[in-house]
Amino acid sequence: MSNTLRIGNASAFWGDSPQAPYQLAKLQPNLDYITLDYLAEVSMSIMAIQKERDPDAGYAKDFIAVVKSLIPLWQQGSKLKIITNAGGLNPQACAEMCLKVLQGILSRPLRIAIVWGDDIYPILKQCPNDPLFRNLESDASLELISNQLVTANVYFGAQPIVKALQQGADIVITGRVADPSLTVAPCVHHFGWSWDAYDQLAGATIAGHLIECGTQVTGGISTHWLDIPNQVHLGFPYVEVSKDGSCVITKPQNTGGRVTIETVKEQLLYEIGDPNNYLSPDVTVSFLSLQLKQIDENRVSLTHAKGKPPPKTYKVSATYRDGFRTEGCLTIFGQDAPLKAKRCGEILLQRMRDAGCEPERSRIDCIGTGAVIPGVMKEELMRECVMRVAVADRSMEKLEFFTREIASLVTSGPQGVTGYTSGRPHIRPVFGYWPCLIETERAKPNVTIMEPL
Amino acid sequence: MILNIKLKEIAYARSGDKGSSANIGVITYNLSGYHFLEKFLTSEKVQAYFLPLKPASTKRYSLPNLLAFNFVLKNVLDGGGSRSLRIDTQGKALGQALLEMNIEITEEDYLQIVNTQK
Repeated sequence: MSNTLRIGNASAFWGDSPQAPYQLAKLQPNLDYITLDYLAEVSMSIMAIQKERDPDAGYAKDFIAVVKSLIPLWQQGSKLKIITNAGGLNPQACAEMCLKVLQGILSRPLRIAIVWGDDIYPILKQCPNDPLFRNLESDASLELISNQLVTANVYFGAQPIVKALQQGADIVITGRVADPSLTVAPCVHHFGWSWDAYDQLAGATIAGHLIECGTQVTGGISTHWLDIPNQVHLGFPYVEVSKDGSCVITKPQNTGGRVTIETVKEQLLYEIGDPNNYLSPDVTVSFLSLQLKQIDENRVSLTHAKGKPPPKTYKVSATYRDGFRTEGCLTIFGQDAPLKAKRCGEILLQRMRDAGCEPERSRIDCIGTGAVIPGVMKEELMRECVMRVAVADRSMEKLEFFTREIASLVTSGPQGVTGYTSGRPHIRPVFGYWPCLIETERAKPNVTIMEPL
Repeated sequence: MILNIKLKEIAYARSGDKGSSANIGVITYNLSGYHFLEKFLTSEKVQAYFLPLKPASTKRYSLPNLLAFNFVLKNVLDGGGSRSLRIDTQGKALGQALLEMNIEITEEDYLQIVNTQK
């Protein structure tokens, strides 16, 4: 057993660069695992719509292209294993498609496992008045939206992935799993940690938290982004995890970006709540004893993570239909541009009202005047800004009126209206996010090793 | 003498979402910067700064080992995710916004912070 396990990440979300996994694997051939994250909070609702239309859909299709791209490396004898939540709402179909593209190509066929059972939609449908299913943020009862419910998935931990690895899986495809658990699982499998080795699990969870957003730890979205070298080819990160749960975070040589105390601290604090109780299904982590050290160029070590037992409940991520939305933009140039932009927006909304199409929700932004954080920073007089009007309603017809009406401002609006060449705005469905909890006994993960075709 | 500076001169930051809430990590460069912000950058001050975005509450967590603070702003994203009609539905811009905060600081404190910075 080697003393360090090398785990990379080459996908931070559904839409990240599809060439990244091959690049990372090629540049860093000694990686043991690459993890790929595809699921944001409402991704499942998009997959639900796709699955509704086609029962063989409902997963991140980008992943199939990734598997294809890795074939040359496996043909050359690479032992690289992949752990991904690309399965989304349909891990089975995702795995079958992987088998199809790999069929007969490799002399050593890859073993593919799926982790499923996270889909608890029927349980939420059956028990809308269960107090645990109340919205974690608003405390509202699920009954309020249970008719509009689209998806409900448990965040599983590392345990089912470890089971899959123990059965020799080379590719593990899961549905909803806590992002850091994609990294924790290979560590537990490799080092043989017990499930109460909380400090080690905490260290691996932090390693997973750091790489799960890909290039965000190698210079992406840094405060000092302009100073980051070679942003064109920002390197994806990997961690070298040790048996004691400590790790070194780094990136392949000759890639862009950098790994410094600064980039690592920023990502450590990304999307966390109480740093003394970072919750995951594997362990509750404290960040307060962590020690960071720049041990070499682009190498930062993290030691002394502390862990406690995990919660007795899983977090559930549910989504529900919440009507439709659309938005349109017009660029306004010249004297009093923000004032004109605001007036244009008001005209549009007035026309909607006059036509009996008043939307339930709407807002006007003048992009270029601090509208991203409306009201927080002082507006300055500008000669150029973008009018943005966003509207939402249960009725699609009302929004269609809006999409047909906006272009008329090109001739009826102020002088200096421009930038309208992208056509009529699209109407998109809105999915609300409904976080809640469920007792761990009520949602059991399953592992299936796929039979070769 | 009292100087007017921006938070970005003595700290850096990163922000993101948790449902309709957001968090902002604020990181200082050294112990003197950390101690200064420990007194200055209270949760009340951050809550007041972002009041136009209507946060339900703001809580500060301290991470002295990282010379950092984490601010959690409850329900500041107007629904968040795909529901909010705002431009920044995920709070990605809040870190940049906070770094523009004006700070009044004595010249002595300021020099001590920037002279040991980096």
